[in-house]
Amino acid sequence: MIAIQNYVRAQSLEEAWELNQKKRNRVIGGMLWLKMGRGSVNTAIDLCDLGLDTIEETDGEFTIGAMVTLRQLELHPGLNAYTQGAMAKAVKDIVGVQFRNIATVGGSIWGRFGFSDVLTVFLSMECYVKLHKGGILPLEEFVNRKYDRDILVGLIVKKVPARFSYQAMRIQRTDFPVITCALSDLHGEIRACIGARPNKAMVIRGSRELSPAAFAEEAARQAPTGSNIRGSAAYRSHLIRVLTQRALEEIGGTT
Amino acid sequence: MEISLTLNGKLIKDNIDADLLLIDFLRSHGCYSVKRGCETANCGLCTVLMDGKPILSCSMLAARAAGHQVQTLEGLQEEAKEFVGFIADQGADQCGFCNPGFVMNTIALLRENPDPTDDEIRAYLAGNLCRCSGYDGQLRGIRNFLNSRK
Repeated sequence: MIAIQNYVRAQSLEEAWELNQKKRNRVIGGMLWLKMGRGSVNTAIDLCDLGLDTIEETDGEFTIGAMVTLRQLELHPGLNAYTQGAMAKAVKDIVGVQFRNIATVGGSIWGRFGFSDVLTVFLSMECYVKLHKGGILPLEEFVNRKYDRDILVGLIVKKVPARFSYQAMRIQRTDFPVITCALSDLHGEIRACIGARPNKAMVIRGSRELSPAAFAEEAARQAPTGSNIRGSAAYRSHLIRVLTQRALEEIGGTT
Repeated sequence: MEISLTLNGKLIKDNIDADLLLIDFLRSHGCYSVKRGCETANCGLCTVLMDGKPILSCSMLAARAAGHQVQTLEGLQEEAKEFVGFIADQGADQCGFCNPGFVMNTIALLRENPDPTDDEIRAYLAGNLCRCSGYDGQLRGIRNFLNSRK
């Protein structure tokens, strides 16, 4: 486990940001992944006093604080109604309830982990990240940015009329996924978000004119895959084909 | 650093290191039901309730728990007594090492959902690993307890 010299509950985003400018300080999020690392942290910066643990819903959007837990996502009626249950489906097999009561949206998104179900499902939405200094930018852009010393304040999900489906393949329930696939029909385009390739999730856009099988074939062709202990590149590509087609059929297919 | 939290209904104050984990804090205060298992946040042995919600005490800093209510099995004996006999009747505890975590998470499940289906029980307890039983014994025990209440 990492060694921590000091622990500070930041009382403002500005204080958290200032503390985070030192390379040996770290924002701790849910601390589940961070704890597994080695080395030393000078000051652990905790955002738990900043009121970032709520999901606010208006007619037009959801505002999700960085300290919202995965369990809150799983149980939120509005988010699950909007995503037709895809939100809960995306997180329900992430270890156990106890884990999801600690793991935070901010930790999952900031980490941009390859295995992340959370990143995959949010990429399928019209989703923006809110950074303390960097402002608001599309999640799809944030995903490919280099890590910096900003503070992730939360996510904004626009309630654009859309259909969603979430699919994932795990060798065993509660394990890391072998492949994740979030699919949406948004703004008249089909968006397939493929994660655990094993690299981080990427977005593939496609035409509604393609048949589900043809679109799935195209997704498998476009998404680079790799091999690791959970599966080979060829197996992952096959899964992308299967899960993408399954997801498309679940949302009613293409036109 | 100095922290205070409420442990099983009692206010506790202590001076701790910044990286002390909640599991170590609890064990140092006599809560030996809280077991150290995988230490990778996977097995559920270290489950405790913080503000009524089940969490993994091996993965939370004691400092973050400051100001919160923490409950371990030591403080929930009466609530646990209602159903642990049904689990024991199925021989589901076997070596018993996973049992406190299972019991804590079952308490959380039944508070949240007093009449769960078998699938809901399996889903809620998926984060509690048992290397002896294969889980069917625990499921039968909880099911028998639920049926006994009807």
